[in-house]
Amino acid sequence: MSKHQGMIVAEHETSEGSLKSYVSGFVLSIILTLGAYLMVTHHSFTADRIVGVIVGLALCQFLVQMLFFLHLGKETKPRWKLFVLLFMITVVLILVFGSIWIMNNLNYRMTPEQINTYMNNQGGGF
Amino acid sequence: MSEAANPTMGLEVSNTEQAKNAKTLFGFWVYIMTDCVLFASLFATYAVLHRSTFGGPSGETLFSLPNVLAETLILLTSSFTCGLGILSARARHKNKVLFWFLITFVLGVAFLFLELTEFRHLVITGNSWRRSAFLSAFFTLVGTHGLHISVGLLWLAVLLGKIFSKGLSKNNIRQLTLFSIFWHFLDIIWIFIFTIVYLMGALGK
Amino acid sequence: MDYIAGVLGKLNSHVFPTDKVTLGAAISIPLGGLLVIALLTYTKRWKWLWKDWLTSVDPKRIGVMYIIVGLLMLVRGGVDALMMRAQQATSVGSSHGIVSVNTFQQLFSAHGTIMIFFMAMGLMFGLINLVLPMMIGSRDVAFPFMNLTSFWLFAAGMILINLSLGIGQFSAAGWLAYPPLSELRFSPGVGVDYWIWSLQIAGIGSLLSGINFFVTIIKMRCRGMNLMKMPLFVWSVLCTNLLIMFAFPILTVTLTLLFLDRTMGMHFFTSGFGGNPMMYVNLIWAWGHPEVYILILPAFGIYSEVVATFSRKRLFGYTSMVWALAAITILSFSVWLHHFFTMGAGADVNGFFGIMTMVIAIPTGVKIFNWLATMFRGRIRFTTPMYWFMGFVGLFTVGGVAGVVMSVPPADFQLHNSLFLVAHFHTMIVGGVVFGYLAGITYWFPKIFGFRLNERLGKWSFWCWFIGFLLAFVPLYILGLMGATRRLDHYSASLGWQPLFIVSAIGAAIIAAGVGIFILQIIVSIIKRKDNIDYTGDPWNGRTLEWSIPSPAPFYNFAIEPVVTDRDPFWQAKHLANNNEAEAPHYKSITMPKNSSIAPIIGALSVAFGFGMIWHIWWLTIASLVAIIVSIIIRISDDNTDFVAPASKIEEIELGYSAKRALAPKEKYA
Repeated sequence: MSKHQGMIVAEHETSEGSLKSYVSGFVLSIILTLGAYLMVTHHSFTADRIVGVIVGLALCQFLVQMLFFLHLGKETKPRWKLFVLLFMITVVLILVFGSIWIMNNLNYRMTPEQINTYMNNQGGGF
Repeated sequence: MSEAANPTMGLEVSNTEQAKNAKTLFGFWVYIMTDCVLFASLFATYAVLHRSTFGGPSGETLFSLPNVLAETLILLTSSFTCGLGILSARARHKNKVLFWFLITFVLGVAFLFLELTEFRHLVITGNSWRRSAFLSAFFTLVGTHGLHISVGLLWLAVLLGKIFSKGLSKNNIRQLTLFSIFWHFLDIIWIFIFTIVYLMGALGK
Repeated sequence: MDYIAGVLGKLNSHVFPTDKVTLGAAISIPLGGLLVIALLTYTKRWKWLWKDWLTSVDPKRIGVMYIIVGLLMLVRGGVDALMMRAQQATSVGSSHGIVSVNTFQQLFSAHGTIMIFFMAMGLMFGLINLVLPMMIGSRDVAFPFMNLTSFWLFAAGMILINLSLGIGQFSAAGWLAYPPLSELRFSPGVGVDYWIWSLQIAGIGSLLSGINFFVTIIKMRCRGMNLMKMPLFVWSVLCTNLLIMFAFPILTVTLTLLFLDRTMGMHFFTSGFGGNPMMYVNLIWAWGHPEVYILILPAFGIYSEVVATFSRKRLFGYTSMVWALAAITILSFSVWLHHFFTMGAGADVNGFFGIMTMVIAIPTGVKIFNWLATMFRGRIRFTTPMYWFMGFVGLFTVGGVAGVVMSVPPADFQLHNSLFLVAHFHTMIVGGVVFGYLAGITYWFPKIFGFRLNERLGKWSFWCWFIGFLLAFVPLYILGLMGATRRLDHYSASLGWQPLFIVSAIGAAIIAAGVGIFILQIIVSIIKRKDNIDYTGDPWNGRTLEWSIPSPAPFYNFAIEPVVTDRDPFWQAKHLANNNEAEAPHYKSITMPKNSSIAPIIGALSVAFGFGMIWHIWWLTIASLVAIIVSIIIRISDDNTDFVAPASKIEEIELGYSAKRALAPKEKYA
């Protein structure tokens, strides 16, 4: 690791190459953003398909910004920032999709209409 | 053997500038990760409650996509200019630093202005956070992001003030680096708000 | 009139308690405070208190402050418990016990909240602060100012929750404040708001500590201490802080959403306008389950250290212990629904979480076997910490098995929210967490203070806790199986439950004696400290780095940076290394962080902020928030936060310790 006199060098970067990274990241992000936007405003496919595409585009832009703006790939070993990032993503996926699964299940079973239907199917009456 | 490859810092070097940077940058990154979980909780809440409009309008009717596109492109550009500012800081170019970060600041203010306009419009037309669970979740998720942006702008203003009066120093540059991580992360969160709240909302999902 | 209302918010003359019990409690706390103030003034120790303790960024000092607050809160929460036991032992048939219904609701709400957030978290952060830097060969944590600020935020939360005793009331909605009960419609008073803000403020302190300790372990280990050479306590702290970092944001959000419902008319969890109270339960337990692992993992770490030291044998199965910790950490995010099996999810959802709950018991079992295997063929010394460990093994295993019973959803349908559940989680928290922390305090006390605690009183305290616990909670297991639900303030005489409740109350009184003896132990040990001096810094024949420095540990911990080549590095150095007489050590000057008066100021401002939020005194809220922001800006702008201790000073201190060591009697170890 270099010790640039008086300069704060985050563990990986050099002064060149970074302008390229910011410009590429910026351009790619614009393309991904406009792409998603136009997909939605032009309604050429079914809603479900569009959702799949725009989510994919969002994940791509997430990766682009992580790599080009936050320089994720350039960490030297041991990759603690990456570890903490992956742990966070795991927790987030469990929390978000777990909550959606649980709450959908609960909402379906615990709405009054559902309860009444179920109780009636159990041989009517309480 | 370089310090970066050796995972243990050792006491003799633990107070050097480099070690301080390593600790602070890593610590701030870790804080950002916790902020992501905070936003994830808000996203989970939004996902669960966004259909609960209590008979009121949903995002399909309420969201103005052109406005949102403008906000998105403005914030994205500010993230880019922030990056350019960091490059100038590396090169110790005080005036360029002030220039690029000033633009970042202005773009941030513009973003907030558009967002507050949108919020005001919703409130005036009777669609405030009191109207339904969906609107409560919407205002809280998007509003929390806006609050983070506001805190960031305050931080940037203080930083720029110090750089303007006292010039670039190791401390200032380290703080600019921390700020830039914060600012990039806010743009990343916005990608998800843009997609999940606005675009999917406009599709009726 | 309106102006006055603006200044005072919701405060009025009716906010003070009127029933004798609450009034008595509310007066005793300020009286105690006045006593302390009088003592400090009489002994002219204000400056000492401010300089040596309240503004000190030395983690050893901060740790002691956390533990003092934690023990105080143990007493406060314990008094709540005694009153609950007294109520349930007497409130049968035509008698309605000693407290009103409303008071009882506040008692169990306060008991749970205080014990978890202020007793357990306090003792935990205290022990970590005391020991972690020394164990990894470091002089401090990664962010010393933030460390002190975390303590003061914790203290601010503690102050707020105790204020509720005298000004207004506390929440009557349980320690987790489920909506709709905790919503404005059914809890219109300030109680739930006190709950929200004391937890929110303390929670931010916890989150910052989580980041602090995690970075400390990752970035500040001494040379040679790679991950698989760290002591197990350090591993357990690493995992704990990973959990804290990723679980506490969920709590922050959930508390905020409830606050927004109550204060800004939002509808996240209201019973109307599309709100969904079940989402609150989901979110709060998504935090709540990792929270209980946050509490237990450091205790597991303490047991690993204690068992190895007092068996005079290295820990059995180091690698599997590490993997067990890692497994528990990741799995603890996948079981949270077992806290609400009965909320109505289907068999697929309930079944998944039931299975995951059973799975997470496995690595815990691995740890128990490894501790026992460590003892096997060791040369065991039954000191007080070992007593706490032995009590833990028995209690925790049985209580854990009770948990596995409830992990089966159909069984849980019968046992959920019964006293069986209450007995189970108290077995875990008392038998697991509290026993571990008390063992840790006993074990590391000499390192911080330079003398050991009185062994006899320590053992008496243990027996009171252990026997008292059995008497208090075995009846609750039985009552739960008989159908008794939790949080009952009265029950019918025909049920035949009263004898069991009376036994339980007796048990609680014995536990109270145990707490009293523990505190007495500390007082007696201080008075008779000359009998128990730790001359060498290694009173227990320890294995890890903290025992290689003198007691009480100097502010810089290590005069010379340790270099490590093995696990149990101090043990290696003592017994296996070639003991060539070391050359005279070459001391260097040491840079350490200065004290900070901003941290306690931020704490005080947080109390004001929280109080303003609770009572709707908006000018106070805004003013204190602005002042906090200004304080933070002042601190970040301060470029001069360290001081240098010159090499001559270090040498002088170290020579002082050598002189003390020379006085050591021949028979060294307890």
